[in-house]
Amino acid sequence: MKSVEEIKAAIEAAVPGAGVTIVPNSSPSGENSLLIDAQHAFAAAKFLHDDGELALDFLSNVTGVDWLDKETTEKVKVTKQVPKEVDGVQTMVDETVEETRKSVEPGYLEAVYHLFSVAKKHGPVIFRVRTQNRTNGVELPSMTPIWRGAEFQEREVFDLYGIVFVGHPDLRRILMWDGFKDHPMRKDYVEPDDFEYEPTAHDKVLERHKQQLEKVQA
Amino acid sequence: MVEQNLKIELGKQGVFVTTIEELYNWGRRSSVWPMQFGLACCAIEMIATTMARYDLARFGAEVFRPSPRQADLMIISGTVTKKMAPQVVRLYNQMAEPKYVIAMGACAISGGPFKQGYNVLKGIDRYIPVDVHIPGCPPRPEALIHAFMTLQKKIDAQSLTGEGRPRHLDEEAPGEFPVPEGGAHDIEPPANASVWHFPIIR
Repeated sequence: MKSVEEIKAAIEAAVPGAGVTIVPNSSPSGENSLLIDAQHAFAAAKFLHDDGELALDFLSNVTGVDWLDKETTEKVKVTKQVPKEVDGVQTMVDETVEETRKSVEPGYLEAVYHLFSVAKKHGPVIFRVRTQNRTNGVELPSMTPIWRGAEFQEREVFDLYGIVFVGHPDLRRILMWDGFKDHPMRKDYVEPDDFEYEPTAHDKVLERHKQQLEKVQA
Repeated sequence: MVEQNLKIELGKQGVFVTTIEELYNWGRRSSVWPMQFGLACCAIEMIATTMARYDLARFGAEVFRPSPRQADLMIISGTVTKKMAPQVVRLYNQMAEPKYVIAMGACAISGGPFKQGYNVLKGIDRYIPVDVHIPGCPPRPEALIHAFMTLQKKIDAQSLTGEGRPRHLDEEAPGEFPVPEGGAHDIEPPANASVWHFPIIR
């Protein structure tokens, strides 16, 4: 099978303007994946499916990943002009001050597709697609028109992560009930407070039990 | 009331003496037909229990009914998810009295290994009255048979009048249990207060 670099080049040749980045995987399996920009993802996926040499006709897995906003703090040395009295004369002197700067890298949701070829007996080829953010820009193109097997798995990703797949024929919740509002696999999901009992409750658990007991008795 | 020894003596002479209560309970306990439905892996053990090796037929419960209208016993065999809970309660409501419930396995009695999860009900006894709880993950067929025998003993010991009489002979007892609904974050209500109360650790 072609290497990830070769597949990247092939996609870029076949789909003009497609932004493909290799996401390295340093584990022993070394399964590097391709990050494709959402706009060209459908065309690129179609190429992966239709290309005679790759012939990735089998979609084995679709999953989601929730990447939270990443807050980075870095210490920067800044040189400032500071007024200072030197030998009785007011002058401006350069002074190096350490400042901490915070920057927030916005989070996003990611859909990961694992592809194999039954015809050529090779794989997997892994590609990822990322949403703009985690709140209002959560649309991604659906791969169901290419691989029919994506239908239920994309529904599951929609249910648990809240990624909206545009072009999906029947995007409904699949595991949770219809009136459910949350997306439980998101990292900031708050689960319902139906905690009740541990057989050997102690410390924090016992504390929570007491709180719950008060709530129930009230 | 006829004394037990006298009853045996009379029996030896070919005279059978009984009470309506005994006869009624004998009838109730000897053909408890379970409902045919399984929820998770415990169902496999339940199926094994009915097969030749364990042979639940010895206890008069071989006929698994495919309709709640014909069933007497609901074996909650497995994990009850919050999505499934309303259907389980609804099926229970559709069963005719007298009806019994065996909660089989760790999930059915408490949520089991999924207790801390967001999508699994922490015990079916939050919504319907359970007669026998069986621990185990899954319980062996012997455990289910033991639960079955426990249920039979319980039926046998039940008085037809007074406090603790069967629900269908008690006009005050509820005939139907409220079916929970899927809410925005959890199923509502989280429990039926008339059958379940918050456990208190002392």
